[in-house]
Amino acid sequence: MENSRRNFLKVAGVAALGVGVKPAVNVLSAAGGGETPAAKVAKHENALTAKKWAMVIDTRKFESEGDLDKIIEACHSIHNVPDFSEIDTPERVKRHEIKWIWKEEYKHAFPGNENEYLNDRLKYLPFLVLCNHCEDPPCVRACPTQATFKREEDGIVLMDFHRCIGCRFCMAACPYGSRSFNFRDPKPGIEKQNLDFPTRMKGVVEKCNFCAERLAVGKKPKCVEASNGAIAFGDLDDPNSEVRELLRENFTIRRKLSLGTGPVVYYIV
Amino acid sequence: MLEIALQGSKKYYGWIGALAAVILVGFAFYLYQFTFGLGVTGMSRDVSWGFYIAQFTFLVGVAAGGVMLVLPYYLHNYKAFGKITILGEFLAVSAISMCLMFIIADLGQPMRALNVILYPTPGSMLFWDMIVLNGYLLLNIVIGWKVLEAERSGSKPPSWIKPLIYLSIPWAFGIHTVTAYLYCGLPGRGFWLTAILAPRFLASAFASGPAFLILLTFILRKTTKFDPGKEAIQTLSKIITYALIANLFFFACEVFVALYSNIPEHIDHLKYLFFGLHGHGVLVPWMWTAMILMVLAAILLLNPAIRKNETMLAFTCLILFIGTWIDKGLGMISGGFVPSPLHHVNEYVPTIPELIITVGIYAAGFLVLTILYKIVIGVKKEVAA
Repeated sequence: MENSRRNFLKVAGVAALGVGVKPAVNVLSAAGGGETPAAKVAKHENALTAKKWAMVIDTRKFESEGDLDKIIEACHSIHNVPDFSEIDTPERVKRHEIKWIWKEEYKHAFPGNENEYLNDRLKYLPFLVLCNHCEDPPCVRACPTQATFKREEDGIVLMDFHRCIGCRFCMAACPYGSRSFNFRDPKPGIEKQNLDFPTRMKGVVEKCNFCAERLAVGKKPKCVEASNGAIAFGDLDDPNSEVRELLRENFTIRRKLSLGTGPVVYYIV
Repeated sequence: MLEIALQGSKKYYGWIGALAAVILVGFAFYLYQFTFGLGVTGMSRDVSWGFYIAQFTFLVGVAAGGVMLVLPYYLHNYKAFGKITILGEFLAVSAISMCLMFIIADLGQPMRALNVILYPTPGSMLFWDMIVLNGYLLLNIVIGWKVLEAERSGSKPPSWIKPLIYLSIPWAFGIHTVTAYLYCGLPGRGFWLTAILAPRFLASAFASGPAFLILLTFILRKTTKFDPGKEAIQTLSKIITYALIANLFFFACEVFVALYSNIPEHIDHLKYLFFGLHGHGVLVPWMWTAMILMVLAAILLLNPAIRKNETMLAFTCLILFIGTWIDKGLGMISGGFVPSPLHHVNEYVPTIPELIITVGIYAAGFLVLTILYKIVIGVKKEVAA
């Protein structure tokens, strides 16, 4: 029972993220045939794998807000994140906003660590913030349906958009404000739909998925690709990985460590 | 016994009709919300729970308040509550029905509500809340119904009902404790992250629930000549006094810890609620009103002469009820979301559709209450005749 549920979750996770990705579809059709305990998720031959994915953002490498906007745009466009600014009042646009990765000033990204006399670069150049894919995620603990879950094999915190009941307990639980809710049908706000990634329906929560759908076919997350080397991505468990190298050589900070959530997004400041 | 609810005066049917009309309007607005999404409410990315969840929280308290009758009557054999204990149980039934409706109204995908049962997740407090609320609803329906049936036929209630009654007592404490646990276990929400939350919820519940019940018995006496008995009302008013003072004391403890420790994460929410933060303070007048009403009610209730004067007692119960409602049904939830964990101040104000849906759910709750109380009064009249 326990075992089959875990397997189902794996398949559901891939299904939710990988619609349009051929290997995932094949897996689904294979798993649909019969519930054998040996049912396994077949991996794409190029799939990137890790024990624990992590990200290091080198804020020194960003020169202007334009660099950050480019990254945000790249992520939001491939993930069909809507923008309602053309079709609704400013006040409602703000309320219904959905964001996977966005900009925050230092004092908002690291509340409690604000410094009155801050270095000019830190004061004026915002930070990129996103889901921290916590080692012990409060959102996963709160979810009453396991619609949000931590993938055991690589630590990514994922969402099953088809199981989410929209109770928004995860949003109350997340101390990083990383989750957004579809307060309305997102489709009118999507300018150009990426057919390789599912759109969501109204009434479900969503957030950054560390580009699980890209990792599955051998590509690094879109933000990493669009960052010109400012964002590194790798296996925290591998001492030779790029992220471990960066962590060894630089002083890094993480958001709200005192809460014990164990974020895996590191910042070089 | 249900047939008793079908025989009533013109006034009774008028009241039922009025409630039905309000329910229909509320339901129409719910359909609008169902079609568009929760975007028709004032909730946002930062304040992701609003009026619905606040009403739910407050009403769990009203439901738990019924135990203040059940406990003295069944555990201490306090006879004066014999006539009105059933009213407390049926008030709980009506309040929990409203709670469940508010939860459904708050879901983004209500058609998937059963996923909570299909994929049971004991690690989630919402899973336990679902269990304790539905359990409490069932307990009170069964107990209330069986006891009333026995009263009608002049026999003793079946023996298996006793264990259920005893179970319902800790269960009442359980529903409000689990409801508090929804909030107080979340890291990064300084306002709720306090061990006093569940005790404070219970104290405010044991004040507001019985206060509402006193008001209801006064209304019943006016409309049906049902007499709850002077002693019962006087004892209830003493229970309310203790509970209200405990609630104020717990709040004072919370305020002391926040203010004296001076930790921004804890203090900022109180600042926002009572003085406003960064120029935002829609709740400030409300919160002061709530505090003044609760303190005033406590001062009045401490006075035996005022407790004995039923007009003054009714007035006091009313301001107490309004005060606790603002405190829990308005401030407690938005207060926890503002400022946000990233320290942004985005305020929440409910929208008109949201308020109309809320009123519709309250009307549905009152309809349940009216029908149940009609049956109670009908049975009592039959037995007396």
